[in-house]
Amino acid sequence: MVTNFSRIFKFAVNDFSRNKGISLAAIFVLVVTIMLVTWLFFFHGISKFLISQVQDRIDITAYFKDDAQEQDILGVKEEILKLSPDIKAVEYVSKERAMLAFNEKHKDNAVLAKALEEVGTNPFLPSLNITTNGDPVQFAEVSNVLQTANFSKFIDKVDFSQKKDTIEKVFSITSNINTFGLILGIILVILAILVVFNTIKLAVDSSKDEISTMRIVGATDWFIRGPFIIQGAIYGFIAFVICFLISAVSAYFLSPKISAVLPGFNTFDYFLSNIWILVLIQLAFGAGVGIISSFIVVRKYLDV
Amino acid sequence: MIKFEKVTKIYPAHFSNGSPTAVLQDVSFEIKEGEFVSIVGKSGAGKTTLTRMILGLEDPTHGDVFFKNKNLRTADSFEIQNIRRSIGCIYQDYKLLPAKTVYENVAYIMEVEGKGYGKIEKEVPRVLELIGLEDKMENFPKELSGGEQQRLAIARALVNNPKVIIADEPTGNLDPYNSYEVIYMLEKINKAGATVILLTHDREIVNKLGKRVVTLVGGRIIRDEAEGKFML
Ligand SMILES: Nc1ncnc2c1ncn2[C@@H]1O[C@H](COP(=O)(O)OP(=O)(O)O)[C@@H](O)[C@H]1O
Ligand SMILES: [Mg+2]
Repeated sequence: MVTNFSRIFKFAVNDFSRNKGISLAAIFVLVVTIMLVTWLFFFHGISKFLISQVQDRIDITAYFKDDAQEQDILGVKEEILKLSPDIKAVEYVSKERAMLAFNEKHKDNAVLAKALEEVGTNPFLPSLNITTNGDPVQFAEVSNVLQTANFSKFIDKVDFSQKKDTIEKVFSITSNINTFGLILGIILVILAILVVFNTIKLAVDSSKDEISTMRIVGATDWFIRGPFIIQGAIYGFIAFVICFLISAVSAYFLSPKISAVLPGFNTFDYFLSNIWILVLIQLAFGAGVGIISSFIVVRKYLDV
Repeated sequence: MIKFEKVTKIYPAHFSNGSPTAVLQDVSFEIKEGEFVSIVGKSGAGKTTLTRMILGLEDPTHGDVFFKNKNLRTADSFEIQNIRRSIGCIYQDYKLLPAKTVYENVAYIMEVEGKGYGKIEKEVPRVLELIGLEDKMENFPKELSGGEQQRLAIARALVNNPKVIIADEPTGNLDPYNSYEVIYMLEKINKAGATVILLTHDREIVNKLGKRVVTLVGGRIIRDEAEGKFML
């Protein structure tokens, strides 16, 4: 058993080194495939980051009329919490707190302070600061609550930190890009797998007669298949090492450039924090495609 | 040991050349353990087809082929591979492994058998020397002459000391001197107890052997004599 395995391994290494051209071709197409998958992985990270950025900005502030009672306002808050329990935050800001916050913020600005003094009364309106979790459905729920006749009579105006339709547009764009990118990515990956399969088929095809001769002299299926499968695994492993290095190096050197476009997103940090997942994906993809292709192609010729 | 029972082999017609060809017709014979049998016939008589059937490479159209009482028609892939390993076959078209060196071609047969490293390192050079290929061990088959390829095929068939040897025109590419060497070797192996089946159209060799001769003409056995001569 051990002898057999080491023999199969020896055959694989021999064949690999005797067919350098085709081996290099197989490794090259595997590298392209794995890099595509890796790019999809980074793309996923970037789009998740973008969405979270947009989502953090979707706040609603409802300003109540000057004469609205505190309990009415708190009633609105409760209603919102009841309908959307997973909302991020609903914060009540009274007239007084609004004024305090304003003074605190502008304490160095004499002109503003003076203007406020001249008004005499507290010009601020009580408000609810609502932070949604970014889901457009939740956004709609909140604005519905604020528009019901019961509540709208207390409300002076509703301020969306970003215009609602802009937000929805951003959402649909990111989710479209995500779906589109994913579908395009999957199509490309499938194409790449087909190219890998055909390259390996080419490699095995040249051994077609050899395989049938091995059958004729009585070799068992696994004795014949083994070297090809291990060769597939070697292709996959080498391709993995190359891709891992390419991803590490490019994540490191592209990081400043990408941070300039996407402030707050660091590709190298993303690479480091997902390193094991990435290793798993790249290795599984490389070795998996290599091994499975060899297996399928050799099977065809074992029928002697 | 090997038994043919009313074996007929018909290859289907090709589009261009009309009717299906019956290569073997109603062939029955038995080869006992330890026998040396020559099967003779002109080229095209069906000798190679016979060989392929013993190795389970071809199923008879009608009738059955048995190896040690096992009907090859019903043998599964595992049993067939076992049978193939137990037979040392010299193929008319050599069936060498083109991507392996001379040494590796012979070693492969032992590796398939699961033989140990020490034994392989000892046996392979010995057999190659016996057959006169010791200087070509690192060459690939395509770097050998026809005769050398044939000798490699012979070395490969002998290396595992098989109990059954099938030699399909093993001297076709050899000069008379080498031919007699090979036949002498087969005789010696037979004396040591192995069953030898020699398929040939070489009159001199058959006549000199003085062993059982089965004569094939047009896919039929027309003669089967215990101490036969080549008569066509
Ligand atoms: N695969 C095949 N398809 C069709 N005809 C075949 C095939 N193999 C052999 N034959 C025919 O069978 C006949 C016998 O061939 P073969 O057994 O090789 O003869 P021998 O070895 O005695 O020269 C020949 O006429 C050959 O053309
Ligand atoms: Mg023949």
